[in-house]
Amino acid sequence: MPRSFVPTSSMSRRRFLAATGAVSLGAALAACSGDSDSGSSSAEPVSQADIDKAMKTPTELTFWTWVPDIQQEVALFQKKYPAIKVKVVNAGQGVAHYTKLRTALKAGTGAPDMVQIEYQAIPTFTITNSLLNLAPYGATALKDQFVDWTWGQVSGPGGEVWAIPQDTGPMGMLYRKDIFDKHGIQVPETWEEFAAAARKLHKADPDVYLTNLAANEPAAWHGLLWQAGAKPYATSGKSNLSISVDDAVSKKLGEYWGELAKEGVISTDPDFTDPWYAGFNKGKYATWLTAAWGPSFLSGSAKPTAGKWRAAPLPQWDAAKPVSGNWGGSTTAVTAATKNKIAAAQFAQFINSDPASAKMFATKQFFFPATKDLLADPSFTGSAPEFYGGQKVNQIFADISETVSPEFQWPPFLDQAATDWTETVGKSLAAKSDTVAALGTWQSRLTAYAKKQGFTVEGT
Amino acid sequence: MAATTAAAARKPRRAGPSPRRRTRSAGPLFVAPFLILFLLLFLAPLGYAAYLSLFQEQLIGGTVFVGLDNYVTALKDPQLLHGVGRVALFFVIQVPLMLLLALLFALALDSGLLRLARVIRLGIFVPYAVPSVVAALMWGYLYGPDFGPFAQLSRNLDLPAPQFLSESWMLGSLANIVTWEFVGYNMIILYAALRTVPHDLYEAAAMDGAGAWRVAWSIKLPALRPALLLTLLFSVIGSFQLFNEPSLLMKIAPDVISSSYTANLYAYSLAFTGQQVNYAATVSFLLGLVIVIASYAVLLTANRRREK
Repeated sequence: MPRSFVPTSSMSRRRFLAATGAVSLGAALAACSGDSDSGSSSAEPVSQADIDKAMKTPTELTFWTWVPDIQQEVALFQKKYPAIKVKVVNAGQGVAHYTKLRTALKAGTGAPDMVQIEYQAIPTFTITNSLLNLAPYGATALKDQFVDWTWGQVSGPGGEVWAIPQDTGPMGMLYRKDIFDKHGIQVPETWEEFAAAARKLHKADPDVYLTNLAANEPAAWHGLLWQAGAKPYATSGKSNLSISVDDAVSKKLGEYWGELAKEGVISTDPDFTDPWYAGFNKGKYATWLTAAWGPSFLSGSAKPTAGKWRAAPLPQWDAAKPVSGNWGGSTTAVTAATKNKIAAAQFAQFINSDPASAKMFATKQFFFPATKDLLADPSFTGSAPEFYGGQKVNQIFADISETVSPEFQWPPFLDQAATDWTETVGKSLAAKSDTVAALGTWQSRLTAYAKKQGFTVEGT
Repeated sequence: MAATTAAAARKPRRAGPSPRRRTRSAGPLFVAPFLILFLLLFLAPLGYAAYLSLFQEQLIGGTVFVGLDNYVTALKDPQLLHGVGRVALFFVIQVPLMLLLALLFALALDSGLLRLARVIRLGIFVPYAVPSVVAALMWGYLYGPDFGPFAQLSRNLDLPAPQFLSESWMLGSLANIVTWEFVGYNMIILYAALRTVPHDLYEAAAMDGAGAWRVAWSIKLPALRPALLLTLLFSVIGSFQLFNEPSLLMKIAPDVISSSYTANLYAYSLAFTGQQVNYAATVSFLLGLVIVIASYAVLLTANRRREK
């Protein structure tokens, strides 16, 4: 079964497979339909009068999202625009969600007006012209409210705005202070120190691993690639694509992690599984290289270890220039096929940029914010959870967020890239085989797939 | 259906609007509910899948008619061939074992010598009623290499932990789950067939001095032949369409179970991960063909043996 990058809810991250083997039925549902045209970059801005009129016209909108209790934020919108009714539908999480969305879009009926979508999935849906360009609906004006790299993730090369950021996952490191203290390990600041600590710790206690690099988690790998400054995918125009998932930077990463996995000083257990949760609870892993949503997630999943954890930035390749990548987080997008373009676009903007609504995501859903205001808000950054010994964890991740590069791009077929990663690179980590060679296989599988899908593939 | 129509035709003439026409329309009307559902839910999707398999849709460039190109690609596709080979191996090893167990349980229950027969019957059947998602979670825990009970037991005994989820063990581990799930189901079919054997036969056999084993071999087994054939056919289809168990264990063993581990899993991934709906339809069609051939092979062998 294909796997998705980790969804953003802090409640249930377990990804269930709601699929049966009815392939012919699936094929039947996925009817071939003509491309629906999306708002192109040359679209004229919609006038304020039109917006005012649309927001006073009774309208019903449908919103597909997996975010728990999002009804609270939706209520704020409905209070401001009483004429608009928003129907919230939970269509599943991760892969299940995207599969249903793609099927509805292809069938030409049943697709929602607004939809929850992760950053990395945006190009997968813009390549099929499925998202509405929000720029003519006033979205461009919101640019400065959001953290720069998040805006880079949602905007297109021609000034299009494909979605409005909701939450983010800049990557950091959560570590077990007690285990570090017991074995006299300093918090590693570089990857070199990290590798040395991994060897030292596993030698001192063979039941403990410095970290677990999940062999089924392409999202974490992409986050680490992002941190290392790699540019694995680049598109120019619509059909030109360059894929370089085995370039020098990637190989550096492959060699590093492949070596640690081969030595057996880190584990590669699949994440978000029962053994993995047990691993945290029983102290098998001394760190978790995770994202800003990780701290609240872990405090709910590993209660017996409360007070023993601390947060720190990721180890660095170059300690003088600290950088990080992103893992997870999501946005609100509007489908191109919606009949209520103005109202839907207003909803996507309001729910993520209205100060009360944005703050509610941080306080009720424990989302890590995408707006500059909230990241500088002392009531957010000042929280000092007991689980982390009273450390100001949000402040640490807010600082990390500023070091995330805005240039990282995603491929227009994320699901395939993710599955192929797991079957090549992930497999090599778990099997302790040659990870650098696996990068080459990943590269050639992606290239073959892209050509089959009609792309002109440049580069290696 | 024929009997119903005949009965309607034999009705005595009565005054009313043209009874002859009513007679003629009765047959199709009776068949209609089935036929409509059959057309709508079976033939239409099948025809549509066949139609889809003749095209290729690309993310860039749209849909083009490619004739049988997809079939040519599929027949040379190592991922598909490996997937089919793997389920064939699974079929050859797991099915005889499962049916033998089901047969033994059915005979034992039918012998009337077991105490608590009802409890045992229910106990063997219960796994079939457990949803496969729950079953896979449970087995995932049992198979766990760190905190699973077998792993912990062998660690306490200073033995190497069994690697249920490793590449070489995986097919066996899957076979174990499927056997656990379906022994009860097959046992019920066989047991029901045994209950229809007339008791005079047993009495006659007893008069002739046949023991329990002789009765089982010479009376019960021949009587079970049609039921066994039925369970075998179900197993052919089930094995070649193996999907649920591997797709659920994939989460805990992503490095062993790939998206093309079984042919059905491959078709699913092609459609929903790779967005290659047309090629997925082709693969499904070929898999269907393999199942038809395998089923016929089973039927032919069974019939030939009966003729001998």
